[in-house]
Amino acid sequence: MTLSAVDLSFGYGSTPLGSGLTLSIEQGEVLCLLGPNGCGKTTLFKTLLGLIPSLGGRLELDGRPVASFSRVEFARRVGYVPQASAGYFPFEVLDVVLMGRASRIGTFAAPSRADHAIAMGMLDTLGIAHLAARSFSAISGGERQLALVARALAQEPSMLVMDEPTASLDFGNQARVLERIGALAASGLTIVLSTHDPGHAFACADKVALMKNGAIVATGAPETVLTAEALGALYGVDVAVSWLEQARHHVAVPVLRTSRARQAPSG
Amino acid sequence: MSGGGLRREPPASPAAGLLRAAIPWALLAAVTLVALASGKYSVSLHDIALVIAAKLTGSASGLPQNVETVVWNVRLPRVACGLFVGASLAAAGAVYQGLFRNPLVSPDILGVSAGSSLGAVLGIFLSLPVLAIQGLAFVGGLASVALVYTIGAAVRRHDPVLVLALAGIAIGALLGACISLVKVLADPYNQLPAITFWLLGSLASVTQGDFLSVLPAMIVGLIPIVLLRWRLNLMTLDDQEARALGIETTRMRLVLIASATLMTAAAVSISGIIGWIGLLVPHVARAFAGPNFSRLLPVTLLLGAGYLVGVDTLARGIAQVEVPLGILTAAIGAPFFIWLLVTARQGWQ
Repeated sequence: MTLSAVDLSFGYGSTPLGSGLTLSIEQGEVLCLLGPNGCGKTTLFKTLLGLIPSLGGRLELDGRPVASFSRVEFARRVGYVPQASAGYFPFEVLDVVLMGRASRIGTFAAPSRADHAIAMGMLDTLGIAHLAARSFSAISGGERQLALVARALAQEPSMLVMDEPTASLDFGNQARVLERIGALAASGLTIVLSTHDPGHAFACADKVALMKNGAIVATGAPETVLTAEALGALYGVDVAVSWLEQARHHVAVPVLRTSRARQAPSG
Repeated sequence: MSGGGLRREPPASPAAGLLRAAIPWALLAAVTLVALASGKYSVSLHDIALVIAAKLTGSASGLPQNVETVVWNVRLPRVACGLFVGASLAAAGAVYQGLFRNPLVSPDILGVSAGSSLGAVLGIFLSLPVLAIQGLAFVGGLASVALVYTIGAAVRRHDPVLVLALAGIAIGALLGACISLVKVLADPYNQLPAITFWLLGSLASVTQGDFLSVLPAMIVGLIPIVLLRWRLNLMTLDDQEARALGIETTRMRLVLIASATLMTAAAVSISGIIGWIGLLVPHVARAFAGPNFSRLLPVTLLLGAGYLVGVDTLARGIAQVEVPLGILTAAIGAPFFIWLLVTARQGWQ
């Protein structure tokens, strides 16, 4: 499954938020999108998913225009994990995950025993099977995020688009979600995600794209693209990038001007 | 029902689950029997069963003619109307609360009640026959929702659900002004009381013919809602989220709004405006069955039917004159609603 955008214009209404954007996501790849707040990541994702119409250019899933897919056809191929789900009514977690089966069952049908088994299987894969009967609005933010991933997986898609899956999660839950993303990628799923932490891109991405003011300013392997200079220019702060032996990947941290000077720990 | 009973816990065993599912049916059956048996003219349940059996088989019941008339021509149509009007209003309320992702929404959010009221009030003002008044109410309800929907579809820059709700409020206000105008112009001795009575709702004058004339519209409206009940769950998500899950939300919303409107307009055209049922009953049902529409819809239908028949039985029993239903549904519904807010943990957030 490949998703490709060529010379894409996107945005709400008639004024494009970005234009001339070219990006391709290949089968089995994990692409991580980085960019400052308001650069258009969510709008780009919604355009890639066909949820808002593109304003120009070409956008194709496996060589077929995204706009030509019915919602059911698209949902069977690409799953979407939004940043959050509002949860206006307190559905049980299992009910939420079962909603992922909507594109797989008839219009007038309700999920069958087999659909229940699939939904439970997805909860199990993500390690939250014990939450099945809990209310979606009563579980923690990290658990909710995992439940939304389970819902998207219940669509049995070939590609997963995740909008800041680690946003608003605590340190431990971020790590847990990243681990699950790594496991899903290892199972052959194509994954597109956005994040605010370059370290996450180092940890899980095959390819990164830097986005600024609605345009992709660099793409490539994390090690070549995520340099201190590029990140500094992207976010407007000084950045230090360094290999962390214990984690076996690079990390990036901002270098604060007000930071209290400390000596390197001795010994 | 205690406060604890309203909190939904997974049934401990299949038997407990079955018992839970049986409660709304049992309540409905009990209320219906009481409604059939009570009234100024005392008829035993046995005689009622005899009359119904005789009418259905075409044989003679052997009971006095006036007993037959009371049961077959007065009480049965009234109870049947109560069942279907209550079920329709409650189901439409549940659908609208889901579609508008808001548990405070009632079936009149898109102006169906205001449109029906204007139709009926005009009919009364023009001294039209009853059938024409009902027809105008029905058409008025459908037309106002169609207008609101058209406005909503024309505005593309905002969240479609929000636009619909706001357009509904605007059109509702406009229709309300027209209703007030007709009331000012109406004859204060004959027409105004009739208008006021209609706007408070009543099943006092329904006939078999009334019931049979609106029954098809109610059933036609109910069928898509029953068929799509599981998918209604997805319509409670944000529009784009639902579309990403494979739902053509625009088409789905149109079908559900049309169905709920058809049911409501049909109900309102024979009963007048009966407030509170569409708001209250889905709440109670949700506290009882949870938010999943597969389980919620049947419970909503049963409780809606039972509630209206129960209230109607009170309306004809508690005073010398018939108390308008709108007064009772609000007088009973509002305190109950507040009690729910205080005690129930689940059902909405």
